[in-house]
Amino acid sequence: MTKPREMIRVEKLNKSFGDLHVLYDIDLKVNESDVVVLIGASGSGKSTLLRCLNFLEFKDDGKIVIEGEQVEAATHDLNKVRAKVGMVFQHFNLFPHKTVLGNVIEAPIQVKGMSKKEAVKEGKRLLDKVGLGDKYDIYPSRLSGGQKQRVAIARALAMQPDIMLFDEPTSALDPELVGEVLETMKELGEEGMTMVVVTHEMGFAREVGDWVVYMNEGRIVEEGQPDHIFDHPKEERTKAFLNSIL
Amino acid sequence: MGEFFDIFIGSTDVFFQGLWLTLRLSVVSLLIAIVIGLFFAMLKISRIKILEIIADLYIWVVRGTPLIVQIFILYYGLASIWLIPEFWAASIGLAFHSGAYIAEIIRGSIQSIAKGQNEAARSLGMNRRLTMRRIVLPQAFRRAVPALGNQFIIGIKDSSLASFIGLQELFGVSNTMGSNSFNYLPYFFTVAIYYLVIVLVLTVAVNQLEKKLAVSD
Repeated sequence: MTKPREMIRVEKLNKSFGDLHVLYDIDLKVNESDVVVLIGASGSGKSTLLRCLNFLEFKDDGKIVIEGEQVEAATHDLNKVRAKVGMVFQHFNLFPHKTVLGNVIEAPIQVKGMSKKEAVKEGKRLLDKVGLGDKYDIYPSRLSGGQKQRVAIARALAMQPDIMLFDEPTSALDPELVGEVLETMKELGEEGMTMVVVTHEMGFAREVGDWVVYMNEGRIVEEGQPDHIFDHPKEERTKAFLNSIL
Repeated sequence: MGEFFDIFIGSTDVFFQGLWLTLRLSVVSLLIAIVIGLFFAMLKISRIKILEIIADLYIWVVRGTPLIVQIFILYYGLASIWLIPEFWAASIGLAFHSGAYIAEIIRGSIQSIAKGQNEAARSLGMNRRLTMRRIVLPQAFRRAVPALGNQFIIGIKDSSLASFIGLQELFGVSNTMGSNSFNYLPYFFTVAIYYLVIVLVLTVAVNQLEKKLAVSD
């Protein structure tokens, strides 16, 4: 059996905001095509961990290895790393002054130097894929939350990332709009995208996740395959958490 | 009243020359002021202490001294080193002055753009410069349009101070004509109408621009 390619490895990661220690000795491994789901209560550090992987936050110590290369803010061009690691935010963060298509083609043109023609073609393909083929020229303010988030996914995909990070992508959505976004993410996972997803959607974690990581107070308490975590959790805190939300 | 209309109609030749100068002064100084304002706004948000202090110092000096003093220092003070033409002394003086206010307007609107915009751009691999130029500044400018419009109106009226270094712009014309005829009031009423019309046109233009920019809202 060939060894799966390792996309992300985190070793002994620590992070504090001032006096507040938010991540303790985190170890995490993500292999190619894996969908890793981080679950846990608000404030457990899962979003901070995700943001460290994209260097929107900087670790205090520990190692972050992206596609075999240990990345340090001081010595690496983080823009290059970020270009390979897409991120989807809770509050979408679409560019309001650009159309839907404008949002999607911005980075490929400006960062990758792609020709406008090519970027438009690829951007339209991605928007079609996320079901927004009729919204190219609309401004984000005219879209529903679910549509906005799907544009945000297309925008991240336009950079042809090797890894996609999702930071509570459905938490800001009306309940009836959650499904369409999860569906898009599920398709992406099935196509083999390597994904790290912070979410409160346990159904998604169970169905789409290959590996589930439960965090509490800045530590990884338990991790394993979905059926292990959801059906046979070993740790009391995991059980308590699952009971509280299911 | 009849006398006023005679003067108003009869003096259009000279006033139009003054108007032309006022417009040139205003536009040139405002363009320079935007560049200065943008530059000092960048210093203010650079998070580099020494640059922030330089920007603060500039804004403090401009806000802390009358515009007419600034223009006089430029014109008479610099004349000993480099004889600067009246038009440029006035334009640079006005730009130097408006620039400080514009810097504060732009800084405020840049800082009002949500942090998430910056993060989204950075997460796509855009560097700080690109993020500022493509994502933050276009939004900040939109948000700054009403305040900038207001500052432009102030700039146009402030250009009347250029008459004190001998420029025959609108106010200079009215002052000269008034003193020549020993009949100031009709000329001052006339010049007031010219300013009112300019400001009205600019106000409508700014409103139109705001509407146009609001398409994405």
